[in-house]
Order: sequence, then structure tokens, then C-alpha cells
Amino acid sequence: MNLEGKQQIWKDYQKEIADDRYFYARSCIRQTFFPGSEWAYLDIMKNKLAKDVIDDPRHTTCTGIGYHSDIVPAETIMTVVARHFALMTEAGYENMTPSCITSFGIYTEILETWHHHPEVEEKIREFLWKATKREFKKPRNLAHTSDIIYKFRNEIAAQAKYKLVDVHTGRPLRGVDHIGCHYSKMFPTKGIGGAEFPAVLSGMIYAWGGDVIDYPERRHCCGFGFRQYLVMANRGYSVANSKKKFESMQPYEPDFIVANCPGCAMFMDKWQYTISEMEGTTYGQDGYGIPVLTYEELTALVLGYDPWEIGLQMHQVSVEPLLDKMGISYNPEAKFKNIRGEDIGVPKCPTYLRV
Amino acid sequence: MAKVIIIGGGPAGCEAAHQLANQGIDVELVEKNNETGGNLNNWYQLFPDRKSAKDLNDILKQNLNHPKIQLHLGMEPRKIEKNKEGKFLVPLSDGSLLEGDSLLISTGFKIFDARRKEEYGYGIYENVITSVELENMFYNHSIQMVNGNTPKRIGIIHCVGSRDEKVCNYHCSKLCCITGVKQAIELRELLPDTEIFCFYMDMRMFGPGYEEMYREAQEKYNIKFVRGRLSEAAENLNKQLQIKVEDTLVGKPLRMTLDMMILLVGMESSEGSRQMADTLGLNLAPNGFIKSQDPHYRNNNTNVEGVFVAGCGSAPMNLTDTLADARSAAMSIMEYIKRI
Repeated sequence: MNLEGKQQIWKDYQKEIADDRYFYARSCIRQTFFPGSEWAYLDIMKNKLAKDVIDDPRHTTCTGIGYHSDIVPAETIMTVVARHFALMTEAGYENMTPSCITSFGIYTEILETWHHHPEVEEKIREFLWKATKREFKKPRNLAHTSDIIYKFRNEIAAQAKYKLVDVHTGRPLRGVDHIGCHYSKMFPTKGIGGAEFPAVLSGMIYAWGGDVIDYPERRHCCGFGFRQYLVMANRGYSVANSKKKFESMQPYEPDFIVANCPGCAMFMDKWQYTISEMEGTTYGQDGYGIPVLTYEELTALVLGYDPWEIGLQMHQVSVEPLLDKMGISYNPEAKFKNIRGEDIGVPKCPTYLRV
Repeated sequence: MAKVIIIGGGPAGCEAAHQLANQGIDVELVEKNNETGGNLNNWYQLFPDRKSAKDLNDILKQNLNHPKIQLHLGMEPRKIEKNKEGKFLVPLSDGSLLEGDSLLISTGFKIFDARRKEEYGYGIYENVITSVELENMFYNHSIQMVNGNTPKRIGIIHCVGSRDEKVCNYHCSKLCCITGVKQAIELRELLPDTEIFCFYMDMRMFGPGYEEMYREAQEKYNIKFVRGRLSEAAENLNKQLQIKVEDTLVGKPLRMTLDMMILLVGMESSEGSRQMADTLGLNLAPNGFIKSQDPHYRNNNTNVEGVFVAGCGSAPMNLTDTLADARSAAMSIMEYIKRI
């Protein structure tokens, strides 16, 4: 891949991302999937980058999963989102930063809808007032939290304790970047680098010393699609999509996968176990899987956070091969202990996938 | 003696200059490049008769050797003004000043920048080329991948930058379909053992001999036509292109590996046309080309009295239509000059 050719296309357009004072919108599912990611993000923002971020406990789900499953009507989700904007306004903030890609897509879609149909916005304002007696200003800036990390990738590199380099060979680690469909496929200009070759995650990998794999199914959906995983009978389709990606990336021998969508990271991690049980196939080296990280987890590792403190023991695919390559020291004994040192239980060993 | 200033020395400008000069009108022909011919200089053979583009270009150039035609190569007009007497004053980049009774805009088209269709990988993947670059390969009688190998399977992608809302081009560029057919046949002649596929939306065979050529491509040259638009291309470890297309006749998605992919790039309004429109206050059509006063009866007239348009400055057209349009513009200008 000629990276310069790619960069040339987007050189005239750069997404605007606010510098500071962010209203943080948590994901409804990420804390279950990756329990340390959102904590790590807030800690990095506040204590490493000295940024002002407000995490309002009154914030709720955006109802995006229900909306995309045709359960929640458009007017309902707009009113829920309007309430989020009202919380942001009441707190005195103007920069909305959702943690979830679906929420980011929902916010973007709603703001675009209101831009083109102001009468809809008026109606939603009326609904919100009737339901909650709240009013709101629209965000001055909307950015996904991966955009924020991308914006400060060089500052993070300056504080990095570890690089994305194999300490044993000096080789840059090969990363697969996987972008959530709702990040820029709906509104290409709202993502960094557009929809075809988004730079948001690859930019982080390059900044921290790694290399990015450009493989044929790079842009293919992970298979998370709400209608696929919500209906159990459809989950084979979801697995098939992930399998297609794994088979396409495997010849490039990736050291890790990084994703910015809750579903992508979750399914690309868990489906590796599923495929191994179904077919006996594994995609990493020596029977391991390919470690799958959220961008916050990757950032935290680079900055020297303890792998178990950021919840990497909750991953299905073992991250130890990646930690060893990066030269990160960790205590294997502490993997399944809580912060009080108590045993939290060890998961059952898969049949084929090495852990 | 009446004088006409022609901006743009492509086929339309050359042909109009020749026609006007033959009618005794003085012509100042301004061309920004150091030779006339415009985009025709980039073509190897013409459709449907496979005539050498160079031969036609030579004829057009020879026609300019006329005592009534003054050629200004490597020149660009600066600010154009119309004075109180209705004369057009055109200062050129070398400081000289032209004065004419009428102005003909024949600033042609520009080739769509294929990089804007990122998902096709032009400028990113080494074996993705444009139809213009393929013409250059035909000149050298050598079709090779970047690694020097002969491609075993080639895909020709129609409508790149045309009829595409994503790149804000709703218009049809008209000549890509037949260009694709012609180039597929030329490829077959050079590479008898290579598989050649054309991926199209519609085959718009509007010109004389076009439909026959399309049929011949299938029956005689074994070109495979697949109705479906390319969704994306990616590169594998062997630098081949993995493409995804929906075969809309079969109703199934299709994935294929190609050694070389050729993008049939469409036409867009040229920078020159836009500059002229801006300078002279010419109306533009929604597709960005210069708008004619009337598409049927006053197709060479613009909204500004005394300013005419010919060729692809007003719309995408093939070479046959471009030359006919230039002759039509010459007639309209002569009528105008008689009237003033």
C-alpha cells in the first residue's frame, strides 16, 4: 500500500476536534465487555494529559441498539439524545465525546437530521421539555473518544513507557486497525481520514512505533451487526464475517488487532474462541489467538498501565504474547485476582485456543 | 475585418478556428500548453474505427497553418473585459493584448481524479491504473504489471467518477462505455491469453458502430461483461487486486482477484472552463459545465452576448460530436458577426 497516495487524498481536510473540556458519554455495553477501558480513558485524560472531562452519572444509554433493531422509534432516541445534550449544557460543557461508536453515529445522524430538518429539532425540543422540563444547546464539537486519543497521540508517544516494537527483534509490531462501521461509513467527513482508509487507529499505531497491516478484508464488517447478534439464529452470519477477516489478515501475521467499536472488539475477541471450538482453527502464533484490544487498552499499555488493572484478563484471547513482545512486565499470578488480592476464579480452558 | 478569439486549443478550438478562418475571419487561438490537441494528445486509437489519434491530431494541427489563424501557445488569458464598443479585450500571460469581436470558449474537460474514489485504490495500489494511462501503454505496445509480469486477469471498471452521487457527479460522461469496449479489444489483441472483464452499470452504445463493436467484443474477442458496480478493491500479498462486485444480473455478490484494474475515468468541467465562467459571468449547469442558452437551438450561445462555447466545455461529448459542435459554433459566431 502506498501510504502517501492515501494521505494525499485527505490532506486538505482535517476533522475539527476540541482541545479540552469534554462531556464524556459512556457506552451502555463497554463496561461489561472491557471493564477497564473507560476507566483507563478517563484516567489518561485527567492524569496523563491534564484535560477537563466530566463523567455525569445521570447519563444513560443512547438506545442506539434498540433504534437499529427497529424497537426504539426515531423520535424516542432523539429525545434521549436531547436529554444528553441537556446534561452537557447544564454542566457548562460544549464538546460531546461519546465512548461508543454506535452513540457517535447516532449523535452524528441526529445532528445532521436536525440540520436538514429544523422542524424535527423543534419537535424534539418540545418532547424533551414536556418529559423533563429540560432545554439544551447542541454540541459545538462532536468527537468520538478515539478521535481524542488520536489528537493527542504524539503527546502520548512522548510519555510512552513501551513502544509498539518487538523488544526481542526491534521489529515494529504489526497491527490490524478495525474501525466501527458507524464511525465514518455513514458520514465519511466525520471520521479522521474518511470511510475507506480511516486514519484514527492507524495514526495511533504509527505514532507509537508500530506498523499497520493493509489486508484485503480490512474494511469488511466484523459481523457484529445488531440484527445478526441479537437474533441467535443469525449469529452464524456474524461468525462468518469475522472468520472472513481473520483468514484474510492471518497471512500478514498480525501481532494485535485494535478496534474503536464495542461490538468489533468484543466479537473479534470472542469469535476466535468460537471458531476454534467449531473448527479447531486458531489465527495467532503457536495456537494462540490474535490479541484484540480497545484503543484505550492499547494506549494504556503504551503508557505503562498494569495489564490486569485495565481488565485485559477479561479478554477471551490471551494478551500475554503481545505483552511479551512489547517487553511489558506483568505478574501472571495476579491475572485472576481482584485489587484486594482475592481469587476471582479462572475461566475454563478452551479445547483448542491456547490461553 | 472581424476577429474571433478562441480560448482553448483542443480539437474543438482547432476545428472552429479552421472553419472560421476558411470563412475569412481572423482568429486568435490561445492555448495554455505548448502544443494544441488537448486531451487528444493522450489517446492512442479512436473508436469506433480504431483510427490513430495522432493522425487526426495531425490533421487538426495542419489546419492551423492558415494565414487567418494566429496561434498563441503556452499562453493563458488574464482578466477578460468587454469594452463599450462591444469588443473583447484579452490580455495574455506574456503581456500582449488581443482584441476581438467575439469569444469562443473551448476549454474542454478535465479527467476525473480517480483518487477521489478511494475505495478503488488508485494511487494506493500499484496495479490500479486509469484508462488514460492504459492508452499510453498501448502507445508502447506493452501491457505490464509494475513487477514486469504480464497480467493474467484484467478488470475494466466503468463509470469511475460518472453517475456517482458520492463524488457529486450525477452526469454521464458518455464516452467511457465505448472506450472500455475499445480498450478491452485492444488488450485482447495484445494479450490473447488474458481474461478480460468489464464491470458496468449500463452499456450506453449511442454512436454509429458502437453497438456493433460491443457485440463484436463479446462474440469475437471473448470479453466478459458483468453488470455490477465495483464496491471496493484491496491489495493482497501478491500485489493483486481483490475486488468485490455485485453481479446484478445473477443477483449475487462476486469476489474476484485481478492482476490489473483499469478505471474508466469520466469527464469533469475543466479549470479553464470554470475560470472563464467566473471571469465572464457565464452560467454553469448543475454538472459544472458551461450552460448553453438553449440545448436545442442555441446550444453554442452562452448567457453573455458575443461569448460562445464549443466542445466539452459545455458537456461531455465524444470526438465526433466535439468536432460537429465546433463547426456549429463557427456558424453561430459568423451569424453573430454579420449582425453586429
